[in-house]
Amino acid sequence: MAVPKTLGIETEYGIVHKGTDEPNPIAASSVLINAYLHDAGYRTDTGHESVHWDFIDETPGIDARGYAPTGAMPPDVETHLVNAVLTNGARYYVDHAHPELSTPECADARSVVLYDRAAELIAVRSMQAAANLLPPGEELVLYKNNSDGKGNSYGCHENYLVDRSTPFGRIVNRATAHFITRQIYTGAGKVGAEAPGMSTDDVDFQLTQRADFFEEEVGLETTLKRPIINTRDEPHADARKYRRLHVIVGDANPSQVATFLKVGTTALVLALTEDDAFTRDLTFRTPVPAMRQVSHDMSLRQALELDDGSTITALEAQWEILDQSKKYVEAHGTDNVGGETALDVLQRWEQVLAGLEDDPMTLAGQLDWVAKYRLLNGYRERHELPWSDARLRAMDIQYSDMRPDKSLAARVGLETIVDDAEALAATTEPPHDTRAFFRGRCLQKFPAAVVAANWDSLVFDVGTDALRRVPMMEPLRGTEAHVGTLFDECDSAAELLRRLGN
Amino acid sequence: MAEREQIRKPAPAERETEAAEAPAASERADELKAELDDLLDEIDEVLETNAEDFVKSYIQKGGQ
Repeated sequence: MAVPKTLGIETEYGIVHKGTDEPNPIAASSVLINAYLHDAGYRTDTGHESVHWDFIDETPGIDARGYAPTGAMPPDVETHLVNAVLTNGARYYVDHAHPELSTPECADARSVVLYDRAAELIAVRSMQAAANLLPPGEELVLYKNNSDGKGNSYGCHENYLVDRSTPFGRIVNRATAHFITRQIYTGAGKVGAEAPGMSTDDVDFQLTQRADFFEEEVGLETTLKRPIINTRDEPHADARKYRRLHVIVGDANPSQVATFLKVGTTALVLALTEDDAFTRDLTFRTPVPAMRQVSHDMSLRQALELDDGSTITALEAQWEILDQSKKYVEAHGTDNVGGETALDVLQRWEQVLAGLEDDPMTLAGQLDWVAKYRLLNGYRERHELPWSDARLRAMDIQYSDMRPDKSLAARVGLETIVDDAEALAATTEPPHDTRAFFRGRCLQKFPAAVVAANWDSLVFDVGTDALRRVPMMEPLRGTEAHVGTLFDECDSAAELLRRLGN
Repeated sequence: MAEREQIRKPAPAERETEAAEAPAASERADELKAELDDLLDEIDEVLETNAEDFVKSYIQKGGQ
């Protein structure tokens, strides 16, 4: 049975330290985050920078398939780097030499877009705060992309709550078909290719940043030999009831419409999978090459081989998945797929597929790859440049520049789903409809009493005997409806804990 | 392609709407072209000044 799709995304930003000959991206990321925390008024008077992340429940080495293949390398948890929890329920930290922002848990795709835009505004303020701390002439610049064009990639991961009882093999099958074919609207676009054995000049322009970096169908790794389906089994919730599907194939999208569709359609696909509602398998014969085939095919007409010997294009597969999703919503309603927002997802999904079929360039205001292609190709034609020209590669990178005056994405006229006033409020206010509300309110109201936090618990020091851990194993409990009044009525963390019955 | 048409099954009313919107779509394409020209006119000012050096120095450590 489909469980309500609690979801969120985590984005590793590219970082450049300008004005120095000896860049150290780990140190730069720490400076950046600490500059933000100080500037935004997070308390620094307790000897630690902010509320610490609590690693007790982090087990990234546990495999969803129930075993760890010989030679698999579970990711290490880096516990010594800056790692802060924000009052909007988000997490801001240094991960693998990149600053990373995780949205709080969200209950629908629009909320994800809101908190992803809030994360962008936090990134902008972080760069400005860091500029004030660094020597004159130095600057930290962030990029919302996934590749440096030289074979190094960093991720934008999605997370979806799914029913533990759904057979994992079924999730692998259905999700893989979606991940291969959704690229036609989720791609952020890239000049050249970085796939093993390919030269950068083998492909002029491709749909995604990320497809070149996938080498396995299923696996535990996230930094090398990346799999299309990541099996990290770390639910951050009641493990008897839930899985968290950790999705690593996506691009970071400056376009809000692309982010909305990326998470909205995937939430639907997972609900259909849990309820076994797909009426036919779309099993691809060779998923890893198919990822690249789709990404490298601007015509969107490439025939992909299925296991049953037939072929299908990415666009045809997406029409089929959309059709099944509409039928699912008609039969099951929208309760488990983000409520009314799911209807908006279905509508935009159909519009985008129709646009892609008719003329992708009409979607330059909605999709990143189209917007980027149109801009770069226009520049290329005007100046009569080959695709290998450094100016086009520079524009590719600069599309994702987070400085508002430098960002090309900010200039191409992308349609927005949330406005910046709402997103600015969301940099400090948690979502009202998930457990992130409880986490965020505690940090807003009783920051001195919260000594550590993670996704599924908070640890309090209320000045008496032992520290008190409050577990939050249900992602949809601790919402404003559950505990909003309680926060209004409590003047201290001690009182809050007492009233919670701890 | 025929198979996809079968899957979508657009209602006749929907097809008429699409046909009626066709001229508007072509006007929109002209508008988009003009917008792109304006954008390209202004963009030189914000582009990284030495593209070659910028691209060469944009090196990231691999992440997840």
